Amino acid sequence: MRIRWVKRSSTPPLLPLLVSGGSFLLALGAALVAFAAYGLNPFEAGATVIERTLIGTRNLGEVVRRTIPLLLAGAGLVLALRARFWNIGAEGQILAGAVAASGVALFVPSLGAFTIPVIYLAGFVGAALYGLIPAFLKARLGVNEIITTLMFNYVALYVVRWLINGPWRGKSVTGFSYSDRFARETYLPMVDGTRVHIPTLVIGIVLAVGVSLLLRYTRLGFSIRLMGEAPAAARYAGVRLLPTTLALAALAAGAAGLAGAGEVAGIHHRLIEPSSISMGYGYTAILVALLARGRAWATLITAPLLGWVLAAGDVMKVSLQLPFQLTDVFTGFTLLLLVAAEPLLTHRPVLVRPQPQPAAAHSAVAPSAEERREGA
Amino acid sequence: MRSPVDKPGARSVPLLSVRGLTKRFPGVTANEAVSLDLNPGEVHALLGENGAGKTTLISMLYGLLQPDEGAIYLDGNPTTVRDPKHAMDLGIGLVAQHFHLAKRHSVAENLALGLGGTPFWRPLRHLRGRAAEYAARYGLEVRMDALVGDLAPGEQQRVEILKALLQGARLLILDEPTSVLTPQESDALFQVIDRMREGGRGILLISHKLDEVRRAADRITVLRGGKVVGRRVRGEVDAAELARLMVGAGTATPQRLGIAPVGEPLLRVEDVWLRAARGSALRGVNLEVRPGEVLGVAGVAGNGQSELAQVVTGLARPDRGQVLLGGVNLGRMSPREARRLGVAYIPEDRRTEGVVGAMTVTENLVLRQVRDPEFARGPLIDWRRAEAFAVEAVKRFDIRTPSLSTLARSLSGGNVQKIVLARELAGEPRLVVAAHPTYGLDVGSAAHTHERLLAQRERGAAVLLISEDLEELRLLSDRIAVMFNGRIVGVLDAQEAGGPTGRARLGLWMAGSVEA
Repeated sequence: MRIRWVKRSSTPPLLPLLVSGGSFLLALGAALVAFAAYGLNPFEAGATVIERTLIGTRNLGEVVRRTIPLLLAGAGLVLALRARFWNIGAEGQILAGAVAASGVALFVPSLGAFTIPVIYLAGFVGAALYGLIPAFLKARLGVNEIITTLMFNYVALYVVRWLINGPWRGKSVTGFSYSDRFARETYLPMVDGTRVHIPTLVIGIVLAVGVSLLLRYTRLGFSIRLMGEAPAAARYAGVRLLPTTLALAALAAGAAGLAGAGEVAGIHHRLIEPSSISMGYGYTAILVALLARGRAWATLITAPLLGWVLAAGDVMKVSLQLPFQLTDVFTGFTLLLLVAAEPLLTHRPVLVRPQPQPAAAHSAVAPSAEERREGA
Repeated sequence: MRSPVDKPGARSVPLLSVRGLTKRFPGVTANEAVSLDLNPGEVHALLGENGAGKTTLISMLYGLLQPDEGAIYLDGNPTTVRDPKHAMDLGIGLVAQHFHLAKRHSVAENLALGLGGTPFWRPLRHLRGRAAEYAARYGLEVRMDALVGDLAPGEQQRVEILKALLQGARLLILDEPTSVLTPQESDALFQVIDRMREGGRGILLISHKLDEVRRAADRITVLRGGKVVGRRVRGEVDAAELARLMVGAGTATPQRLGIAPVGEPLLRVEDVWLRAARGSALRGVNLEVRPGEVLGVAGVAGNGQSELAQVVTGLARPDRGQVLLGGVNLGRMSPREARRLGVAYIPEDRRTEGVVGAMTVTENLVLRQVRDPEFARGPLIDWRRAEAFAVEAVKRFDIRTPSLSTLARSLSGGNVQKIVLARELAGEPRLVVAAHPTYGLDVGSAAHTHERLLAQRERGAAVLLISEDLEELRLLSDRIAVMFNGRIVGVLDAQEAGGPTGRARLGLWMAGSVEA
């Protein structure tokens, strides 16, 4: 008995989500092993984590609070992923959005009812502009976007540190590095007893659905998919590389910027240390997008899952005295499984008995002469 | 490594025997109970159309695929060829249709690659003598220190053959060896084949060209639809009969109507130059195509044909010169603008450029039109319209697909080409640029493609047909131009090209000789 891998003629529709789900569950199993390695009873520890994350408004609220930035940045990253634009820069774009939103909150005089919309707008535009730079470099000069977007994360991080230690350092603040507190009217409405900022959550849900519709029904979405799936065909179909890349990068970065605006205006009410604004949401959002496998609406499932993982990390730290970094082990393991399971989508395992049996597989579509040649 | 058999062996035991080899792929039987014998000192030709199962058979002989049923015997012993490395050890060499050479390395280095017994330090030291000996014996002259990337296709092929011989191949499989050669280079190859035969090696020659098979083969096995449909030995070969066996009944050859194209040229390419990574791809191309005319462009691959297509369709901008469509300069236009002026393009690589494998039949059918007002509702795409268009196109072009939402990648090459044709020929283009439109297609799909192109000609469209298949060019074209090294080096009328002198002139032009 041995296993042979036979190429699929098409991927079954539910398989990608099944693979994502399976990777996630296997990683959960590995987390239980990690608990045991720390000398805890894995099931008791697991029960504690579940109780402290899923029972009660406050605990659930923490999960949702983590979900919001993951949903926004993740939905944006799905867009980039579909165009094969490997944006690793959501973390920096969240910070860029936070900076732009803080700038408005700190220095623009009262705008009445428009204050909060303008803060979101600033967050979106600030991050979009920041995200346009690597997109332009990629489309015009062919500079690898993985490297530029990754490095731009550090640029953003140091810009925030410089601002809160220098020009934007609060006048009433001593000993700490952060800006003055924002004016009351910039505070986002919250769900009582939690740190869930309602408008950002709503925007996130709308965005996830919106990106799905964009990809399916609009010309821009079609161009983005075309560019990602087959660059040669895209060029010949008349898709222009530069404007399309700029548009999708601006949208993806802008979505991350909205998350940054939500964090400062909803939770911190000031510009603070970058690691407090975003504790790696931008990186975790890559996993959110990958698990969703190019389906923007699926981030409505994957973002809460990863949001729960981050909330669980808090519980582990506070209640179980485990390092928060266990969440990195978990997300890393999920990512590894996801990548490892990739061949499952294109190939099908078949058990072969020692007596070679003809692989009597049938597909709806008979491969032609040419495919036989290609297959051979 | 075994030493090659250099004198004709005993005739009693064939070098290679294949018995009842069967290979099935999902939904298709690529080889069904195929049997054949090959003796030392013999050339055995495997004749068949694209898709007849030739490639599947040699893949099994070379260990790339394992047969589902049947057996392979070498020197009378049943043998399982595990993988290509094992095949080489067994003395089986393959010269593939597309060469597997490291272009940025010298010929000597390429020969040393994968050669057993090569010393770690100064690996080339024993090689040169042996290589020179084989080269002299078989007429395989190659420049040992030239970079492979600088060599002409014929020379690269000689490197591949030499490599196989050095690795001890007693049985050499040549897969469509003349597909990238000029007629003159082909002649040289057949001399090499003759010498290898005299040297006692067995040669399996894969081809779909009747004349070369008749010329070189001692025995011929004809494959069609994965089955052996005929066997002949040298001397009892009737070309017409072979053609019938190979193609089967029921495929009519499309006829070009005898009406002559009239009027002013619609497409004028005037002194067009295009730079490429190395040197110039186009070096002053001039040509004209009239409405209702098919201009065939012949030439060995890589002489500027692809670039010519790109310049005419807006995919590349010429550095110098003009591309005029009815007096309007296409040179500065995008592919989209060129299309709106009536330029249709059937691209060379239908699976990566012609369609998007991961998109549906409907999406592929409107790939280029989807941003036109016809299919637009504001920024949205009118998918209902697109689907109506797709239903119509599937019917009109007889596209065999389970549904409109089937992904293009699961369709056969013929159906993929039908999608491209349906999309490109919608909206009555004025100029159709077709690059290798039937390459790799089965006979029926090729005939269908030819019909569609001729229908465009009869409608009054100008057709620029780029192909390496001289038969196809003769069948469809009113005139045949030959490209060499970025230039049109000669043009012949269809009648002239049909005769033996015409064929010789085309061949000389393809080889770069302008005086003919």
